[in-house]
Amino acid sequence: MNPNHTYAVVAVTAVVLATVLIGALGLRISRTTSDFYVASRTVRPGLNAAAISGEYLSAASFLGIAGLVLVQGPAMLWYPVGYTAGYLVLLVLVAAPLRRSGAYTLSDFAEARLESPAARRLASLFVVGIGWLYLLPQLQGAGLTLEILTGAPDWAGGLIVALVVTGTVAAGGMRSITFVQAFQYWLKLTALLVPAVFLLAAWYGDGAPRARFDAPAVLREHTVVRLADTVRIDLDAPLTVTVTGSVDSVRHDHRTVTLAPGTHHVLAGTELAFAPGTRVPERAAGDAGPSPDVARGDAPLASPGWSQPLAGGHDGHQLYATYGLILATFLGTMGLPHVAVRFYTSPHGRAARRTTLVVLGLVGAFYLLPPLYGALGRVYAPELALTGSADAAVLVLPDRVLGGVLGDLLGALLAGGAFAAFLSTASGLTMSVAGVLTQDVLPSRGVRHFRLATLLATAVPLGTGVVASKVPVADAVGLAFAVSASSFCPLLVLGIWWRRLTPPGAMAGLLLGGGSALAAVMATRAGLAPAGWAHTLMAWPAVWSVPLGFLGMVLVSLATPRRIPAGTPALLARLHLPEEFAAPVPEEVRR
Amino acid sequence: MPERTVMSEHHPPRRPRRETVTYASAHAGGTAPRPAARRPVHPPARSEIDEQTTLGHTYVRALMRSQLRAALTALGALALLVGTLPLLVALPAPEAVVWGVLGVGVYPVVWAVAHWYVRRAEANERDFTGLVER
Repeated sequence: MNPNHTYAVVAVTAVVLATVLIGALGLRISRTTSDFYVASRTVRPGLNAAAISGEYLSAASFLGIAGLVLVQGPAMLWYPVGYTAGYLVLLVLVAAPLRRSGAYTLSDFAEARLESPAARRLASLFVVGIGWLYLLPQLQGAGLTLEILTGAPDWAGGLIVALVVTGTVAAGGMRSITFVQAFQYWLKLTALLVPAVFLLAAWYGDGAPRARFDAPAVLREHTVVRLADTVRIDLDAPLTVTVTGSVDSVRHDHRTVTLAPGTHHVLAGTELAFAPGTRVPERAAGDAGPSPDVARGDAPLASPGWSQPLAGGHDGHQLYATYGLILATFLGTMGLPHVAVRFYTSPHGRAARRTTLVVLGLVGAFYLLPPLYGALGRVYAPELALTGSADAAVLVLPDRVLGGVLGDLLGALLAGGAFAAFLSTASGLTMSVAGVLTQDVLPSRGVRHFRLATLLATAVPLGTGVVASKVPVADAVGLAFAVSASSFCPLLVLGIWWRRLTPPGAMAGLLLGGGSALAAVMATRAGLAPAGWAHTLMAWPAVWSVPLGFLGMVLVSLATPRRIPAGTPALLARLHLPEEFAAPVPEEVRR
Repeated sequence: MPERTVMSEHHPPRRPRRETVTYASAHAGGTAPRPAARRPVHPPARSEIDEQTTLGHTYVRALMRSQLRAALTALGALALLVGTLPLLVALPAPEAVVWGVLGVGVYPVVWAVAHWYVRRAEANERDFTGLVER
């Protein structure tokens, strides 16, 4: 399953070195504090859009979507659609006013809009929380990828990403990040596009076999699968397989057995050899096997218990889960800390809008590719669905379909792209979390403290990842999207468009919406949710927690009309008026 | 590819934007009579806004309303064109249709809505500028 290790190691090393080098280039340019934080607002829309896209397309986009599509079929296409449409919602409701607010972080926005240090502190709490929730799976995912590619211990990848990111962010600040992110967008696109061309050519030369998602996938050739964890499989027809290991507590040593229809337990470490034409057995529903290897990043659905509602039959659960996903991704994007920070680098509101439009194009173009890998994976590597390493589909396809040196080289290119995905998202998150830590947590302000904050921003999730290695990678990011949609989406939308928002209202909404979303998903993950609708409702909180957040903000604001900040009319004028009307905004807001 | 289209769509409108900046209009050589007439004396509406009078707030509210209308129209289009798809997909649609719609078709639609919105929002701002500076 591994592409040639040497090529992969070289590719990953090259990506890391290029990141460090471009970061160092930025360091020479970045001189003043203003440069350091926000690239002096001189980042042009093209470059800035590539940087935003590069930052946004994390490993979930690069590896996770293909894996989900391989296992669960086209219903999973809602993920890339949601990730993209989130930018449209951001564009129409938030982009230009957020830029004109002059806020660098979401906490800055909360303070500027509400004139309340308490609201600022609460917002900071959510920024750091969401940022860490999002960083944790990036670092863990990097570890898992490096493990798959090179057999390195699982903490190594996370440590490498943390070190590189801390180094580049602390050294160069936003300017170098902008160059690094823009570079990584094009790297990721190339890394998916070039192999895709070769793979499609090979697929066409192969007679263009169709992937089937409505029936169990069929193995095309003799395949040996080694299960990393214990799984339950459901058979609706007898299965003949050569087993080395333990099935249903019976040990076999390279013996061909025929399993009757029904549920079977296959112990971790067992090797199953399938003859060509065998239908790949499916993992049983509710299989609670350890899920970290299912997901390599922020694909929230990947763990089996989690994915069941969306994958399960065409009933109300599935529809509800789809809308839960849609709401979380459509509305959650605007509140992701690393996304919001980027708008400050546009020179003015109009540029922020146009930048977002370019981002939509870049992100949308990218998302045409991962589903291709998922479909090809269903044809050429369907056994990945059984082993639970479906996210490896993107990485193993070149070797599987093309083979030889070409397959190794393309596999290495994909490995480099995957690492670029970890590095870029982790950089953006680190940057924004460190910004908030510098301003609101550490005592004094300045570049030196920013560097200290950078260290803190990566050390905490890295440490948590080592200690709490059982935290499922995918769930943390799904959680981040849902929490962001339920907390910062109401804050931004009402803050920008509603005059009567008050600090108590905003804080009540943040706590009600964000807090309940957090609690619901945590409870689901802890297995506290009862089966049935309660489980579905708690696993996909956005459908009810987003309205709860809005409702909390509106009702409490209406109940506290005397707390409307005095500067509200002036601030709203600044948010919405074209720049030529606005009173000059100080270049350094609160810094 | 798609992103190339985005870039080429993107670059031409950037020039006109620059001309709204006072520097650029000064360099334009007086082809437009507007800037020369405007600069020495602030028109009344503009100072209303600068000084945050009630009338000034009315102007700002009018702009906000037009921008909100544009935003809600775009969101409505998104809800109608994309938000209803799960209902469609829940029907036993042929797999190829699902692939085509969710894998490819959605992206140009989302981009087109975004493009419409950006043009609408900028037009709203131009109209507002025209109204206030006259």
